[in-house]
Amino acid sequence: MEVNEMIKPENLVVGRTSVLKECPMHYCPGCTHGVVHKLIAEVVEEMGIQDSTIGVCPVGCSVFMYNYMDVDMAEAAHGRAPAVATAISRLNPDKYVFTYQGDGDMASIGCAEIMHACNRGENIVVIFINNAIYGMTGGQMAPTTLLGQITATTPYGREPKLHGYPLQITELIAQLPGTCYVTRQSADTPAAIRKTKAAIKKAFMNTRRGVGTSYVEVVGTCASGWKLSPENANEWMRQNMFEKYPVGDLKDI
Amino acid sequence: MAKFIGTVVVDKDRCKGCNLCVVACPLKVLELSVGVNVKGYHYAEMKSPDSCIGCGSCGVVCPDAVLSVYRVKAE
Repeated sequence: MEVNEMIKPENLVVGRTSVLKECPMHYCPGCTHGVVHKLIAEVVEEMGIQDSTIGVCPVGCSVFMYNYMDVDMAEAAHGRAPAVATAISRLNPDKYVFTYQGDGDMASIGCAEIMHACNRGENIVVIFINNAIYGMTGGQMAPTTLLGQITATTPYGREPKLHGYPLQITELIAQLPGTCYVTRQSADTPAAIRKTKAAIKKAFMNTRRGVGTSYVEVVGTCASGWKLSPENANEWMRQNMFEKYPVGDLKDI
Repeated sequence: MAKFIGTVVVDKDRCKGCNLCVVACPLKVLELSVGVNVKGYHYAEMKSPDSCIGCGSCGVVCPDAVLSVYRVKAE
């Protein structure tokens, strides 16, 4: 069969979703943010909720997320996305509200906001990207940085005496009674990405049930911050990150 | 003989040449081009189009959603 005969809409298995805007993403090559943006857009399209979805952007690399997603988006102050999402979801109880945050935004400056939003059991979806580093500002140490990991501010590796221990915020959140679904996924292989998409879809479905906060952590890479190629960054993540941040469901009610 | 045949269409000017699709392909169909696109990246292209079974792994891992994968049943 000729190639031109194959290229028809009915034969399309993987393509670009219309919920993503045409604007090219500013992320570095191989960035996990691009994958997760795409997954959220695909879930919104599959569920047919483009008109009733409201997202809240963080501060960090993904600050320009509103340029890429064709849904209503609001921009929150650094770390305060769960607080903004609380207001949006309480004023619009029939909408699907999600926040999208990185580890510097959520685990560091926004630690209080996410804890209390989850403890109150707000009817929102929280997407948390954990790449163990502050990506946008130049690869500094984040609360989630692994022990011994070399970053711009820990040139000899993270030491517990000086910098404390890596914060497993997802384990903390799983203990809170307000959450209904807490999971940790990754985005390194096609199989893992499909599982992550299923988790994000389940989280959005939980909004419809209104039983509490759904929380999806995605362990990701920062190829530029880690100073590795995208494929080596994935390999580094598999070897080092999964030991501290094991993939799987922590809570599912 | 493969049961399915597929093809990958690359939006080459959006491709950033991260190489993740090349790694993800189980049949080594894709590779990065020798030339560069308008942004100066070596974009992904099909090295051996006849081997493609349209599994979609490359499109799933692509962070910039530049790959469209088509699949038909082999006759």
